[in-house]
Amino acid sequence: MAEMKRHDNRLGLWGWLGGGRWGVERHAYILHRLTGLAILLYFLMHIVVTSLRASGKYMWIEGHVLHQPVFRFGEYLVFAAFAYHAFNGIRLVLVELGLAVGKPIEPIYPYKTSLNVQRPLLISMMVLAGIFLLLGSFEFLGVGK
Amino acid sequence: MTENTNNSRPITFHVTRYNPESDRKPYIKSYTVPVRAGMTVLDGLHYIKENLDPTLAWRFSCRMGVCGSCGMLLNGHPTLACNTQILHIADTDLTVGPLPNFEIIRDLVPDLMTMFEKHRSINPHIVRTDEKELNTPEGEFYQTPEQLEKFLQFTYCIKCGCCMGACPTLATDVHYLGPMPLAAAERYDNDSRDDGWRDRHQLTGSAHGAFRCHYAGECSRVCPKGVDPARAIQHLKRQLVLDYLHLARKKKPCAMLHGPGEGKLLANIPAAPAKTV
Repeated sequence: MAEMKRHDNRLGLWGWLGGGRWGVERHAYILHRLTGLAILLYFLMHIVVTSLRASGKYMWIEGHVLHQPVFRFGEYLVFAAFAYHAFNGIRLVLVELGLAVGKPIEPIYPYKTSLNVQRPLLISMMVLAGIFLLLGSFEFLGVGK
Repeated sequence: MTENTNNSRPITFHVTRYNPESDRKPYIKSYTVPVRAGMTVLDGLHYIKENLDPTLAWRFSCRMGVCGSCGMLLNGHPTLACNTQILHIADTDLTVGPLPNFEIIRDLVPDLMTMFEKHRSINPHIVRTDEKELNTPEGEFYQTPEQLEKFLQFTYCIKCGCCMGACPTLATDVHYLGPMPLAAAERYDNDSRDDGWRDRHQLTGSAHGAFRCHYAGECSRVCPKGVDPARAIQHLKRQLVLDYLHLARKKKPCAMLHGPGEGKLLANIPAAPAKTV
């Protein structure tokens, strides 16, 4: 029999990047990946910038291009990404070790899932990330200096 | 069929069409369906086939959310067409597409073979070493209600593929086992009668196994039977970690007929009815 033609309906990158009608955990998943990639990009740039010291270029001295407001703002975004990624990461460690998803239950409609069980943890971690971000904002704005 | 169009509301179905013999890629075709309260999406598709376009193809069987055949993408959400009332999810327009992350055979018909092959690969059945008892059973295996509760939730899976269509990891990693096979693995790993978890762990702990899941939770959100594959996968990960660290509790499959009754019928259990066949 001849091979039947098919259409590949795999969503690809849009499958995990697309928000659509998904729930809050899906958005947390997308943001976790994006912040992870952003931190990785910053890390690579950081290596490049610090490695320039080998050729005698000190790019972090006062008045250099890296001290322009746009770079300060960029650093703040990296800090925000770190705050989110770190606290959401703690949640994921607890969840992925099966510690915050609850035991299997009899499925009775309307169904309660592990998403409901871990939701308070998600909210707590986001509140902690928000507090951490707020405290960091004072540092970036130079409040109290 | 006598049609009662009283109190009906026109809803436009935007249906994905694809004929492998004539179409290069899928396209959307719209149909207007008079919808009455209580009509399911499956009823709407039947209306289209009977009255508007007899060439439309989709899968269905039981019409009551049991067989898992009619999983499809309704307004961007994977779910069962027979379990979803049109007026609950649509005011004027409804998009109906095939389940994502599968190849399309025709129109709304996905090729679920990739899912079934992955499911088969994890040995979704009780594995024991006492072949004699398996082939010529002489009694029952004792299992407590507590042992049953460890996996009962995961036995309700109807293999509809909605979780696989919703999974963002599966969207980019075609080799990822996916929520349904991993939940099935957890179901049998936790069965006190089973002794096949070591072999399953080889597969579920591999690069395309449970650790590819990062808890987007969509599988549990879309599951029409409340199976909660995300919970199963997280419990499976814990077992894999404990197994890797040699901290897993030594587990032996339960023996035959140990525990209450010791093989004798309890006094308050009525006798089985006489065989009729």
